[in-house]
Amino acid sequence: MLARNGIVIIFILLVALMATIMPLPLSVDAFRPDWVLVALLYWCLALPSRVNVITAWVMGLLLDILLGSVLGVHAAAMALSVFIIAGNFQKIRNFSVWQQALIVGVVSALYHLLVFWFQRLLTDIVFLPSYLYPVLSTIILWPWAFLLLRKIRRHFKIS
Amino acid sequence: MNPIFKHGPSPQHRLVLVLFCSSLLIFFDHKMNSFESVRGYLQSMVSPLQYIATTPKRTIDWAVENLVTRRKLIEDNQQYKTNELRYQEQLMQLNILKQENDRLRLLLASPVRADAKKMVAEILSVDSDPYSHQVVINRGANDGVFEGQVVIDDRGIVGQVLHVGTISSRILLITDVTHAVPVRISRNGIRLIASGTGTIERLTLNHVPHSFDIRSGDLLVTSGLGGKYPEGYPVAKVTVVLQDESRPFAQVQSEPVAQINRLRYLLLLWPEQPTKIFSSKEDLAAVKENSNAGS
Repeated sequence: MLARNGIVIIFILLVALMATIMPLPLSVDAFRPDWVLVALLYWCLALPSRVNVITAWVMGLLLDILLGSVLGVHAAAMALSVFIIAGNFQKIRNFSVWQQALIVGVVSALYHLLVFWFQRLLTDIVFLPSYLYPVLSTIILWPWAFLLLRKIRRHFKIS
Repeated sequence: MNPIFKHGPSPQHRLVLVLFCSSLLIFFDHKMNSFESVRGYLQSMVSPLQYIATTPKRTIDWAVENLVTRRKLIEDNQQYKTNELRYQEQLMQLNILKQENDRLRLLLASPVRADAKKMVAEILSVDSDPYSHQVVINRGANDGVFEGQVVIDDRGIVGQVLHVGTISSRILLITDVTHAVPVRISRNGIRLIASGTGTIERLTLNHVPHSFDIRSGDLLVTSGLGGKYPEGYPVAKVTVVLQDESRPFAQVQSEPVAQINRLRYLLLLWPEQPTKIFSSKEDLAAVKENSNAGS
């Protein structure tokens, strides 16, 4: 993991984790994009041999600890969402950035629904449409994150 | 270099492995509560991340606090002075009332209430997870925080400590779906249970018979039953009472008194001495000593 500037990958994933727990006003908070998912999906598309389902699971577990949810919930959802992209990375790589953004949106919606279903099994929460607002912001975020991370990847020659 | 032939287990095997680990974790964490102590260590492990993540907010707070005009400071100062005068006056009254109350309680052979130890804590981070309402504060096991400890703000009950780390701990808010507070209506003493709904500005009261005297605007205070929350702290104000006779119970909603969505400073309470059912000679002696010292 650490060879060939792998430390940069870890650093970016940690920054994404921090962005996820950064305090924001309540109105903006509902639209907080899935930073960790976006970072994981980019690295999974770019370097599927280095970032895979196990990495996603570990990041999900860290998210569980940081968010105080039942251990394993975000981990499982994250691993499943990344698995779908990891299985089709060769197709998705060839799409344009906007098409990729839509696919990432679908995966992000799946991620949120998975988390909701797990939580629903454990506690009796009810579904609110606001739980899916982050999907919109994730779609908007993807192209910018993609360009930025590609620049970083080329600059540090991570392969 | 990208290897053409992949090494290691296939993605499917990896997925099955991690899902298996996840289900084990979920089972042991949720059903068996085996991670209560481990959570503390995990919490301490990730607290550097939390400290770094809140740095921008703390910088802005610091800037806002430091960049104020002289006029504003003078105004604030004057306001605090008048407030202090008012509170001092109330405090004088309170001391007399407290002494009187202690004596009356002794006469009734009820346990005397002692002052609880308190500590101010600051919010480190608020969870972005929409399914649970929790905040992290900057006090941990090093400050003597313990699990189940009661947390209030300047208006009312906020929640209780859920997991304790070394330098930070996690608080479950009263609005969380999994949380409930035993309350009573301060107007007439009817006991109820206020449980969280997962919405920040609403608590719901379960199993309220139609015959109960409850109106919108009633203040709900902690009843002290259950032994978790000390008695008499404000919890919520009743907002909606729907008495639909076709339903088995009246539907009552209330709004937390504490400003759950704009918390910053919190107060941790240490419980009073374990209360006995009847007052003892030591209590009597303590009260006499207090009143002697006061007079």
